[in-house]
Amino acid sequence: MIRIEGLHKSYPIGKDSLHVLKGLDLHIKEGEFVSIMGSSGSGKSTLLNIVGLLDEHDVGNYYLNGQLIEKLNEKKAAVLRNKFLGFVFQSFNLISYKTAVENVALPLYYKGVGRKERLKTALEYLEKVELGPWAEHLPNELSGGQKQRVAIARALVTVPKVILADEPTGALDSTTTDSVMDLLKGINDEGMTVFVITHEEEVAEQTDRIVRLKDGVIISDELTESGKAKAKQYV
Amino acid sequence: MFKFIFDSDTWQEIYGGIRKNKTRTIITIIGVLWGIFLLVVLLGAARGMENNFKKAFGDFATNSLVVWTNRTDKPFKGFQKGRRIQLKTRDVEVLKEEFKGRLKYIVPRCQTSSLIINGFKSGDFQVSGDYPVLDKVQKKNLIYGRFLNKNDINNKAKVVVIEEEIYKQLFEKNEYPINQYLIINNVNYKLVGVYKSGAIDFDGDTAYIPFTTFQQVYNRGNSIDWMMITADEGVDIEQFELDIQLTLKNLHKVDPEDNKAFGGINLAVQIGKFTGFLTGMQFLTWFVGIATLIAGVFAIGNILLITVKERTKEIGIRRALGATPREIRQQVILESVFLTTIAGMLGIVFGGLVLYIIDSAFGSGPDPTLLNPTVNIPIVLIAFTILIVLGTSIGLIPAYMATMIKPIEALREE
Ligand SMILES: Nc1ncnc2c1ncn2[C@@H]1O[C@H](COP(=O)(O)OP(=O)(O)O)[C@@H](O)[C@H]1O
Ligand SMILES: [Mg+2]
Repeated sequence: MIRIEGLHKSYPIGKDSLHVLKGLDLHIKEGEFVSIMGSSGSGKSTLLNIVGLLDEHDVGNYYLNGQLIEKLNEKKAAVLRNKFLGFVFQSFNLISYKTAVENVALPLYYKGVGRKERLKTALEYLEKVELGPWAEHLPNELSGGQKQRVAIARALVTVPKVILADEPTGALDSTTTDSVMDLLKGINDEGMTVFVITHEEEVAEQTDRIVRLKDGVIISDELTESGKAKAKQYV
Repeated sequence: MFKFIFDSDTWQEIYGGIRKNKTRTIITIIGVLWGIFLLVVLLGAARGMENNFKKAFGDFATNSLVVWTNRTDKPFKGFQKGRRIQLKTRDVEVLKEEFKGRLKYIVPRCQTSSLIINGFKSGDFQVSGDYPVLDKVQKKNLIYGRFLNKNDINNKAKVVVIEEEIYKQLFEKNEYPINQYLIINNVNYKLVGVYKSGAIDFDGDTAYIPFTTFQQVYNRGNSIDWMMITADEGVDIEQFELDIQLTLKNLHKVDPEDNKAFGGINLAVQIGKFTGFLTGMQFLTWFVGIATLIAGVFAIGNILLITVKERTKEIGIRRALGATPREIRQQVILESVFLTTIAGMLGIVFGGLVLYIIDSAFGSGPDPTLLNPTVNIPIVLIAFTILIVLGTSIGLIPAYMATMIKPIEALREE
């Protein structure tokens, strides 16, 4: 699903440049549930942004769904994002003046789905994250956990290939963290590829595979207990 | 693009964006509203003035002039300076002959003041000896009966046409005056018409009797007090006036350089001056109105620019969710156009309303300041088109800024 070879990325800072990703190799297969661990500033978000086509890499190859990503213009990137990728952010990033159901329906708007069908589908996904009764509420009337579930419903609504989550539990307490992780697990069980960034050990352990990033290089890449269990099943 | 404009979802998005930003929406609307409001009201007022002016001069053949005489200012051919010049009926004949093809009407006039009596009622009024052609140069709006005619002239008939004011003073209210007899200077005249004088009238409240009758009754011989002359269409009226005066100077043995002997008013020149003033006013109105409009639209552009910055994050989110730069751009432009259009329509409605109020306050009555202050549809449409064009072009800048926003920069957490 996602294949990265010798990926480099640096940011220009004044005359100098900050080398953030220093040659990453990573292969994530369809249906995997992967977490990226690393301390703050280790380049996790940078990696996710590149994978999410929000940013461009400098050197190396990136294949998304078998397609080599290079020289994408903004329009193509937008279409690919809409088609293949669903985003979940630490700070939810809901549009404050839209109701929960409208927020969930927004990606479908850019996909060209009609309003009626859009709202119907959006409501189905809200029900899936157990927020059906909250459909007409504005984001500021929802708790943090509820907001993140709305964001997850929004990421799912276009039925993407990959869910990219940048510290989805970073702003949540432990109980809601668990419910959000359970939700992501459930999504993964249905066969969707889920790619989570976190710096919390407990969160990472709930995924199937942990990739550790330090100073722009991968220092380890291991399956967790549940990952090993799954791997056995398939062998 | 058209699909985009007519897509209800597009408008849903725009409505959402506008509803969210109530304050800026209101401020922008007020800006443009004020501009178009000013434009509509000023144009309407200018139109009202013009209508008023047209009505005042409407009764005149506008390319007319008036000629009268004074004393000479220069000695000439043995005559002393200070000689009194008297116009004669022969002058009229000569002018008619010499200015054939340029001169349309010529009206010799004699006037005096007399006591007019009707039974127990009486008053002093101006009495004027005139030809029927006067009605061509300065339209007489008749309330009763007719104006003087050719037969009256030929027969030296004792008939009179009076102004409404005289009628009011000499008759009972709603009394039918035609064929009643008035005594003017001890002579009986049959009343054949009553007219209403316009806002601008050289004669005021006058009783008209046939020119020939006047000459006889008042013993004027061949003398004329003054005359009104109308030029044919397309004649250079200033040159025409000079030529007439030159001919008259020649006839009366006056030095061609004597500028005092003959006096006159050139109506066409006067009207031209006022028309120029009106045109100037309209130009100024457009200028002020459009300048205000542009200012208003710029305010919209500026505020949109601010909102684009405020909404950086939202735009980033939309981009992450699959919005293409083009979709973002279209939304911003459409918001701009939508705001300007709504504001413009409100401005036109309010402007129209104010004009309506002005119209009912000053637009009617016997002497209106502004007559029918209205703005016609083409002008409104032009203003509207300008508005939409400006709205679109000013929306381009914030729209461009919006597409320059990189999603990652918009979404960065810190
Ligand atoms: N657009 C940018 N311009 C300059 N420096 C950046 C930019 N984005 C991230 N960085 C820097 O790159 C490094 C990695 O950032 P990031 O990928 O966000 O780390 P993490 O998500 O692991 O905390 C940090 O030092 C950060 O300051
Ligand atoms: Mg980060």
